[in-house]
Amino acid sequence: MMRLKTTVYILVLLMPLVVGFAVLFIGAYGIGPGIVVRGLVPQIFLSHPDSDLSERNIILDIRLPRIILAGIVGMILSSAGVTVQGLFLNPLVDPFILGISAGAALGCALSVGFFPAFPTQLMALLFALGAVAITYSIARTQGEISRLPLVLSGVIISSFFTALVSIVKFLVDPHKLQSIVYWLMGSFALAGWSDVKIAFLGVMGVLPMFFMRWRINVLSMGEDEAKALGINVRRDRAILLFSASLAVSIAVSVSGIIGWVGLIVPHLVRMVVGPDHKTLVPLSMAGGAAFMILADTVARGLTNLDIPVGIVTSILGAPFFIYLMKKGGRESWGY
Amino acid sequence: MNLYFRHLHHKADMLKGISLQAQTGKITTILGPNGSGKTTLFRCIGGLWKPRQGEVRFDGQNLLALSYEKRARILASVPQEHTFPFPYSVLDVILMGRASHVGLFSSPTSSDRGRAEEVLKELAIAPLRDKSCTRISGGEKQLVLIARALVQEGPIMMLDEPTSHLDFRHQILILRKVRELARQRELVVLMTLHDPNLAMLFSDEVVLMNEGRIVSTGNPEAVITEQNLREVYRIDVHVTNLNGYRIVYPERNA
Repeated sequence: MMRLKTTVYILVLLMPLVVGFAVLFIGAYGIGPGIVVRGLVPQIFLSHPDSDLSERNIILDIRLPRIILAGIVGMILSSAGVTVQGLFLNPLVDPFILGISAGAALGCALSVGFFPAFPTQLMALLFALGAVAITYSIARTQGEISRLPLVLSGVIISSFFTALVSIVKFLVDPHKLQSIVYWLMGSFALAGWSDVKIAFLGVMGVLPMFFMRWRINVLSMGEDEAKALGINVRRDRAILLFSASLAVSIAVSVSGIIGWVGLIVPHLVRMVVGPDHKTLVPLSMAGGAAFMILADTVARGLTNLDIPVGIVTSILGAPFFIYLMKKGGRESWGY
Repeated sequence: MNLYFRHLHHKADMLKGISLQAQTGKITTILGPNGSGKTTLFRCIGGLWKPRQGEVRFDGQNLLALSYEKRARILASVPQEHTFPFPYSVLDVILMGRASHVGLFSSPTSSDRGRAEEVLKELAIAPLRDKSCTRISGGEKQLVLIARALVQEGPIMMLDEPTSHLDFRHQILILRKVRELARQRELVVLMTLHDPNLAMLFSDEVVLMNEGRIVSTGNPEAVITEQNLREVYRIDVHVTNLNGYRIVYPERNA
């Protein structure tokens, strides 16, 4: 039993590496495994350094940063998803549903469209925090956060912020409009190493979620019980929500809105390893990275066009949400 | 080691000056009709609601002035009705009792785990260890929650209606266990009950409450009397002696 668990654990943790390496071969320009390896470690395999120069550029400057970025963003969205699910004892939420993504998107759009002087990531964070604070305060009635009101207020806030983004799109200079629209659909198509560097900042937000993961178990018992067990609920919720918002803002700023990943991945992982956040959080992070890399590969490999990956995850996410609702029945709505 | 509760005037005065003491190694039961303020009192003592005035003293310190973390190391509470948001294993649930001993950015250590395992054995629920807490019976769930309170390792344990939702057998088994734990571990046990017969059987001290006030307090025989019960519950009851037990029974017809 214990050994099986450990095996699963290690397999899931290795998944992003394996998947990430495998999809290096996939793309509009066919590159064989041998050349990929040579491209990655040219110092060792110096056999044909000049002949595969263009392949090496494709791998090092186009595919590799894109895959790493997809992995980091997937890890961020999935860890933020598992955190808010535990925090609100609600299996039906993720950063997208709570309005964090929409808030961050508004911040980015404002910064790109009108206020280039403000750093995009900072604006994204401020608006994301605003969005989640409003969602939280609407859903909080008489001290407890009920499940249905939380999802509803998230939907309301999401659509409100999305409407504001539309105003920005409407008013903004047409040259900037195109880049905002494309970026909002959620895509890694333009990923480069500079985006990867920014995304690493988001990992800072992931760290508190990772180290406080066991506490999420206790917090998931509800406000009163967590307090009785000796937890400063207000402080811990604030730390975790801030970290999740920070990480998601940075993810949104490099890749636009990619929904549902934070909902799908933690559920899949929970089905395999159970609900203990001590293992659930790290495995969701690894699973999220692998999932996003795969989804992005589908997005860029399925057709000759580079479909925004946000569309792929939404097409997967909506039926998954319906499945969860039907499976959980009344219970998942918290009646 | 005495405990002094002095809650005076809660919000809208749900508790109108409750003052009581509970002793180590003994069970103090709070008895009273619905809405008499038992749960409010528990929430005040547990620090979830702030009393308008008053304090909860243990060993010279005011528990209400402590942080959540420090208070949880002194006072553990077993909640009443309970649903789990996620199907945690029994061991995971018991480990949550260690929250006040585990640092902000860390997880339970192997010694925390060891304590949880010990308590599992002590309560004879070791076979449940890896079961999901959503798939165990009501009595087992109550034992798991008691185990979680025990690993907090505080000297005080509060139980809010530990017998509600339980069948006859498990009501008795749970209360026997609570009594045994109070004696062995020298715990200050405070609990609320609805059934005066159970209160009579298992308490060392009974506090009878009504409308936010204490009606009577003392040993069970002195508090659970025909006169007191009639006054508080407003029905006809009788108290009689049978085989060395005192039994409370109501009049069948009004």
